[in-house]
Amino acid sequence: MAAAAPPVATRTRHVARATSEPLLVKVVLTATALAFLAVFLLVPLAAVFVEALAKGWAAYAAALAEPMALSALELTLVTAAVAVPLNLVFGIAAAWAVTKFEFPGKNVLVTLIDLPFGVSPVISGMVFILLFGRQGILGPWTEAHGLKLVFSVPGLILATIFVTFPFVARELIPLMQAEGTEEEEAARVLGASGWQIFRRVTLPNIKWGLLYGVILCNARAMGEFGAVSVVSGHIRGRTNTLPLHVEILYNEYNFQAAFAVASLLTFLALVTLAAKTLVEWREAGSRSTPNGENSDVD
Amino acid sequence: MSIEVRNVTRSFGSFVAVNDASLTVPTGELVALLGPSGSGKTSLLRIIAGLERADRGQVLFEGEDATVRDVRQRGVGFVFQHYALFRHMTVFENVAFGLRVRPAARRPREAEIRRKVGDLLRLVQLDWLGDRYPSQLSGGQRQRVALARALAVEPRVLLLDEPFGSLDAKVRQELRRWLRRLHDEIRVTSVFVTHDQEEALEVADRVVVMNHGKVEQIGTPQEVFDRPATPFVMGFLGSVNVFHGRVEDGRAHLGPLSVEYPAHNGSGALPAQGFARPYELELAREAAGGGFWATLRHVTPAGAVVKLELEDGEARLVQVETSREQFEALHPTTGERLYVKPRQVRVFLADA
Amino acid sequence: MSRRSHSVLPGFRLALGFTLLYLLLVVLIPLSTLFWKSASLGPAGLWAAVTAPRVVASYELTFGASLVAAAINGVFGLVVTWVLVRYRFPGRRLMDALVDLPFALPTAVAGIALTTLYAPNGWLGAPLERLGIKAAFTPLGVTLALVFIGLPFVVRTLQPVLESLDPEVEEAAASLGATRLQTVARVVLPALLPAWLTGVALAFARALGEYGSVVFIAGNMPMKTEITPLIIITKLEQYDYAGATAIAAVTLVASFTILLAINRLQSWSARLGMAE
Repeated sequence: MAAAAPPVATRTRHVARATSEPLLVKVVLTATALAFLAVFLLVPLAAVFVEALAKGWAAYAAALAEPMALSALELTLVTAAVAVPLNLVFGIAAAWAVTKFEFPGKNVLVTLIDLPFGVSPVISGMVFILLFGRQGILGPWTEAHGLKLVFSVPGLILATIFVTFPFVARELIPLMQAEGTEEEEAARVLGASGWQIFRRVTLPNIKWGLLYGVILCNARAMGEFGAVSVVSGHIRGRTNTLPLHVEILYNEYNFQAAFAVASLLTFLALVTLAAKTLVEWREAGSRSTPNGENSDVD
Repeated sequence: MSIEVRNVTRSFGSFVAVNDASLTVPTGELVALLGPSGSGKTSLLRIIAGLERADRGQVLFEGEDATVRDVRQRGVGFVFQHYALFRHMTVFENVAFGLRVRPAARRPREAEIRRKVGDLLRLVQLDWLGDRYPSQLSGGQRQRVALARALAVEPRVLLLDEPFGSLDAKVRQELRRWLRRLHDEIRVTSVFVTHDQEEALEVADRVVVMNHGKVEQIGTPQEVFDRPATPFVMGFLGSVNVFHGRVEDGRAHLGPLSVEYPAHNGSGALPAQGFARPYELELAREAAGGGFWATLRHVTPAGAVVKLELEDGEARLVQVETSREQFEALHPTTGERLYVKPRQVRVFLADA
Repeated sequence: MSRRSHSVLPGFRLALGFTLLYLLLVVLIPLSTLFWKSASLGPAGLWAAVTAPRVVASYELTFGASLVAAAINGVFGLVVTWVLVRYRFPGRRLMDALVDLPFALPTAVAGIALTTLYAPNGWLGAPLERLGIKAAFTPLGVTLALVFIGLPFVVRTLQPVLESLDPEVEEAAASLGATRLQTVARVVLPALLPAWLTGVALAFARALGEYGSVVFIAGNMPMKTEITPLIIITKLEQYDYAGATAIAAVTLVASFTILLAINRLQSWSARLGMAE
């Protein structure tokens, strides 16, 4: 009569009637929640694809293959290809400094890292105009040296870096804080160098969070609109990223093409969501099972 | 109010938590559900409370079937192992909660509530902490608040789920005695769950020993300790020596021991076990019959008693406990051969 | 466990140095130009710039719509979180993953999708028209777009707190005679309050600075449907840098005040949660 061990947290699964709502209430609440999510999430999502394909597949493909669209795509990819690796290195450096050491002003540093989240993207773009624009502080200096940092690709990249640099750091810092420093210290005692410690001890522990931070950073870098809109000058074929191209098409009432290009970005967003779910699932699996305080069935 | 549990069974998927359990708790008694982890005692308690539903069986309060009644209508007070206090409310508000949520017709006036809560806090000796929040209290204090909260609604039955499990050993002992005195004073029918046999034997009027969802024995602390009904009960309630063997022709041959066993007169041999507590074994230098020779291996003084470990001819270890005076009278030395004679051996036929 | 600033682990100087350099170049210098530039207006000029009627109208729209949107998200976000955490139904996991959509979707895409939806001939705009309600190019449209933007904030802030609530506390309340409604109202919701306020504040802060998803649906008529970020851009295009920075400074001050409040809320929430 040996009994198999009960599933963990069985008690919470079998919530007795005393601690759950009457069925009618449950149905109403669920219906309300689903209706809200449908109206505000599903319908807009569907609208993008429906409008993109409103004139058929041929028109869809044509909109994507159009030269201006392609150059916008290229610029978006280039921007991301520069911004994301830089922010990745920054994120790792910042997380390493903040979580493995104690130093005065650490709180200020962490707040600074969070800064772009509190600043409107328009303002983010604006500060670059202030710095490097015609009438900006460093404007005349950069012009004199033949550097054009606004209404140009470098300006775009700078603005993108500013807006997206916290993502990797913000993913890594809580993760590395939770991991603690003991494993790294043990490796040091055993004689490992800095890079070895990072590569062999730290990295495996944080790889899923790191991956998700990079994916998120990339999604935001490719999709950034407000900051880039201010800095770019909207010069078609030269300083237009995909989101800016969407705006131009839409303002020209070329709805189908606008949505076609938008659908590319939407795919990217859905991939990001899928990656997040995957990462969370992997992370939950690799962590130990929850403590058994109240979970044994007595 | 008396409680009766009839043939209650509860399963979680393929795991049987409570297996055909039956027991009765007369009004005003303090009963312990005692058993190891996974024995089903907490599940049974929660079924009595109405926090969980039995798959089969009945729960009766004062003869009335309460099996399908909602927990709110059972008139039970429940005390959780981890207190389950309302963290955003003060101690006073916690205790007053049950009175405040009553429907308007039955709700006492504010002044009345204040008086009752004050009385209860005095009863649990925490009247000076009324304005504090649970996070500002120690574990023992929190548990007493939980108790006061449960008593505020004047329950007919008080149910406690390992109430002292989260506390330090010293606090546990103090609260254990305090609970007994409290019960003597207010005389509410109470059932508490514990895995600590010392606690159950010290506090309860009667003990229900459970294992693997089944009720092994019900009796007073004295009964379950002196006259265990099953090997499990005997082994769980104190240390014990086990001798394996068989019964045949009215005798039990258990390892080095041989005792009478008139209950089985048949010629077929049945496997059996003999149990003797360490203090039920006597040591001597002469063979007095009914025992066996063994060599003394270890001596461990333990306060008022001395624990000795001996090895018999088949390299089996036997634990013996004697008082300090008896030890000094005998003054045995390690390596010496001594005669071990049990004053009493309980024989159980082995389970299939 | 104390770690001295130069502990056993290597890389401190390198990591911190790089971090500070990066922050200096990318954050500190650019932001300092903001205050430098707006100071050039002088106090009187500054005041005139930030209190011009058109600008004030934009504050009303931006703040008002953000507040209403945050409130809507507060109410419905609570319902959504409750349903996602406590109930089981087909498609629950999909819905849970989709909640992050506004966070992952580029704002321009959201902007055009919402505008098309709520336009008079759109899927949602047409039924509203029949009811006599105009959504696109009105403050209502702005509010709806801001609801979309803020949706994940309330849900994701509430979710971990609701998930970690001890079910025994609710059982205790039931055993004391409380009805389900009383238990939820007196025991569960108060425990969620700090996290809920945090989520609403986050949604509000995000909505204040939002541009891409709102600028299409707003209509951008001065004095009526112009959001503050758009006024900033307009001034920039007119080379009125000082005016733009002045208004930006006002927005920044508002955002930082809210961020500060959020920080306070989060430590209040942590204190309540660490009670045991």
